[in-house]
Amino acid sequence: MLKEELIKRIVENVLQGRRNKDDEGIEEDYAGKAGVAELVQEALDNGIDTNTILLEGLSKGMEQVGEKYETGEYFIPDMLTAAEAVEAGMKVMEPHLASAGESEGKGKVIMATVEKDLHDIGKNLVSIMLKGAGFNVVDLGIDVPAARIVEAAEQEKADLVGLSALLNTTMVNMENVVKELEKKGLRDKVKVIIGGAPTSDDFAAEIGADGYGKDAFAAIRVAEKLLQSGGKS
Amino acid sequence: MSERGVVVSKPYERLSQEQVELVHQTSLDLLETPGILCYNEEAVALLEKAGATAKKTREGEHDAWWVSIPEKVVQKALDSAPTKVTLGARKPENQVVMDAEGSRVYFGTGSETNYWLEVEPETFVSKQDGREQVFPVMKKNRGSLEYLCRSAHLAEQLENLDFFLRNVNVQDSDISGENKDVNVFFAALNYTTKPIVSGVADPEQLENVVAMAEIITGGREQLIKNPIVTFITSVIKSPLQIVDETADKLMAISKLGLPVIISTSPQGGSTAPIEEFGMAAQVNAETLAGIVINQLTNPGAPVIYGAVPVRARMDDLHDMYGVPEFCHYNMICAQMARYYKVPCYSTAGVGDAKVPGVQAAVEKMFTYTAVPSSAPDLIHYAFGLLDKTQTFSPEQAVLENHQIAMVKSLYRESGVEAGEAGRIKSMIEEVMNSPYRLYARFARKMLRRGEIFPGFPFEGDLEEEDQTLLAAHDKLKELEKQQPEHLSEDICKRIFEQIPGLLPRLNPYAK
Repeated sequence: MLKEELIKRIVENVLQGRRNKDDEGIEEDYAGKAGVAELVQEALDNGIDTNTILLEGLSKGMEQVGEKYETGEYFIPDMLTAAEAVEAGMKVMEPHLASAGESEGKGKVIMATVEKDLHDIGKNLVSIMLKGAGFNVVDLGIDVPAARIVEAAEQEKADLVGLSALLNTTMVNMENVVKELEKKGLRDKVKVIIGGAPTSDDFAAEIGADGYGKDAFAAIRVAEKLLQSGGKS
Repeated sequence: MSERGVVVSKPYERLSQEQVELVHQTSLDLLETPGILCYNEEAVALLEKAGATAKKTREGEHDAWWVSIPEKVVQKALDSAPTKVTLGARKPENQVVMDAEGSRVYFGTGSETNYWLEVEPETFVSKQDGREQVFPVMKKNRGSLEYLCRSAHLAEQLENLDFFLRNVNVQDSDISGENKDVNVFFAALNYTTKPIVSGVADPEQLENVVAMAEIITGGREQLIKNPIVTFITSVIKSPLQIVDETADKLMAISKLGLPVIISTSPQGGSTAPIEEFGMAAQVNAETLAGIVINQLTNPGAPVIYGAVPVRARMDDLHDMYGVPEFCHYNMICAQMARYYKVPCYSTAGVGDAKVPGVQAAVEKMFTYTAVPSSAPDLIHYAFGLLDKTQTFSPEQAVLENHQIAMVKSLYRESGVEAGEAGRIKSMIEEVMNSPYRLYARFARKMLRRGEIFPGFPFEGDLEEEDQTLLAAHDKLKELEKQQPEHLSEDICKRIFEQIPGLLPRLNPYAK
C-alpha cells in the first residue's frame, strides 16, 4: 500500500475510533478490517518514520476529531474512542519512539483521584484524552494518598500531576499533594493541574496549583500551555 | 408505513376493561335518556329514520328536538366507522396514517388564536452595575393572513409537527365571512406540504374549498385517495346539544367522503361534570352522537373521535389545560376511542400561561408527557399555544418541537429482546476487562441512529441568565429564511382563475 494511502487510513480509523480490526466504527462495514494498531504496524513495516505516522496520521486524525467536536458533529464518546485508537497506535510505536528518544511525547503526566474519593469518570476522561493528545500518562487510579502521588511523580520524572475530586470533602486533599511536592523539593519541577465538579480556578489558586481544567478539553489545553511555557519539556 | 409520529409502546390504560364498559354503557343510557337536544331538523329526520325517537320542543327562539338514540343505532354507526383513516398531504410521505388498533401518535397545531406573540430581543442596562443584558420583549398582535402563512411555513420546518391545523384566526380588513375559508385553506396549502386540518366558517364555502383541493390533487377521486384537507366540525354544544348550522356542515362533509373530526369540548365544572366518570360518560356520548350522524349520512365515511374535554378554572370558569384533571379526561377519551376502534383526536400542550417561560414549560411538558401515554392518534393544540388558546407564539412552537421530540423518545420500545442478550453480555464483559471500564465506545451507534436524546438545545451558555427564549428566537429566524415550498405556478393560476374570493396578494406568482 502507498504511504499516502496508509496514512489516510490511519486518519480515517482514528476518526472511526477503531483501535484494531475487532472494533466497530461509527459507520457500518468496518468489522474485520485493519484498525489503527494494524495500520501503524503496517506503516512501520513499510519504513514510514514515526514522526510522519504521529503527525500526519494519529495527530491529524485527532485534530479532525476535535474539529468535528467543535462543529457538533462529534460527541464525547467519539472523542474518547478516537483517543483510545490513538493510544493503540502509540503502543505499537512505543519501542520505535524509545529508540528515537521520543518516548515522552508531549510530556509525562501522573493522573489520580485524590485520597478518600472513589470517583473516576472525569479522571479517566482526562487520562484518555491526554493520551490521545500525545502525552505519556501514568494513571494511579482512585483514592490515592498524596504521598503515593508524589512518589510516582518522582519515580516517573513527571512533568505534570493531574488531580481529580468530585466531593467537597475530598477536594481539600488536593492541597496535600501540592504541599507534599514542596516538602520533597519537587514543586519547581512538577506542574499541578486540578479538576472536578467542586473545584474552580479560584480554588486552584488558593491551594497553589498551576492550573484548573473545567472539562477534559480545558485540561488538555492547560496541560499543553503549562508544559510549553514553564515545564521541563 | 408512515415514519411520522411515534409508536407508543404499551399505551397507558387509566380504566380497566370493566370501567371502559361502564363508561360506554352510561353514555348509551344518556343518549337514550335524556337523549340529545338537536337543533337541526335534517339530522333529526336522519336519526328518526334509523330508529331514534324525537320529540319537538322550543328552546328560546328556536325549534329543537329531544332525540333518544337507542343502542343499536350507535352500534351500527360504530360498526361502519372505519378503523383506519388517512389525512392526506401534498407530499405523500407526509401523510398521517391513523389506525385505531395501533398506537402511533401524531402531533399537530391548533386552533384559531386571536393573537400572535412577537418576540424582539432588546438590550437593557442594569441600574445596579451598568452591565448590558439582552432580554426578549413581547408584543401581542392581532392574527392575520400573513401570520397564518408564516405559521404554515414554520409547520413545514418543524420535524416533529405532523399536521397543520390552522392556528391563527385571520382578522385582516379584506377578510370577511364569505372569503375567509378559501383564503385560510389556500394560505395553509401554499405554505406546507403536510396535512391541512380546518373548520369551515361558512357552509357555502365548503364547495370552493373542496374544488381547490381537487385542483391540487387532480380531481375528486384523487382527493378521496389523498385527502389533503380534513375538516373539524364542532357539532356538539355541551352538554349534549347538536348545533343546527354545524350539523349541516357535518352532513355535507360526510356526503363528500372526506375525513371529518367530530369535535366536542365540554368543560368539567361548567358544561360537563367535573369528576372523571361524569365527564367521560358525557363527552363520550356527545362524540358518539356526532359519529352516528356522520355514519348515517354516509356509512363508512372517514371519521375521527374528536373529544376535547377541558377543566374549568374555579376562579373565572375559563378553560384550564395544564392540570391533572385535563390529562385524566383526555386519557380516558383515548381509551374509549380505542375501544370503539375509531381514530382519536386529542389534546396536549396548551399553556394556561400568557407568555413563554417557566409556567408555560411546566404546563406544556406535563400534558405532553401524560396525554400521549394513552396513545390517541392525533394530538392537537400542540406547538405554541398560550393563554389557554388565545395566543400563538412561534418561538414557543420552536421550543415545543423539541419537547415533543423528548416525549417521542420517552414512549419508544425498550429494546429488551431475547436476541439482544448475547450482545449486551459480551459488551459488559469487554468493558469489565478494559482499563477504564467505560461504555462510551458503545454509545456511538445509538447516538448516530438518533436513539440517544441530545438534550434540550436552548440552554445558552451564560451562567446567570436564562437565554432559552432568545435562542428559540434565533432558531425561528433561521427557519423562516427557508424558501417555502409553494404550489406550482400552474396550480396557483388555475386556483386563482376558478376559486372565487381569493386575495391576489396571496398568489406567490402574482406580478
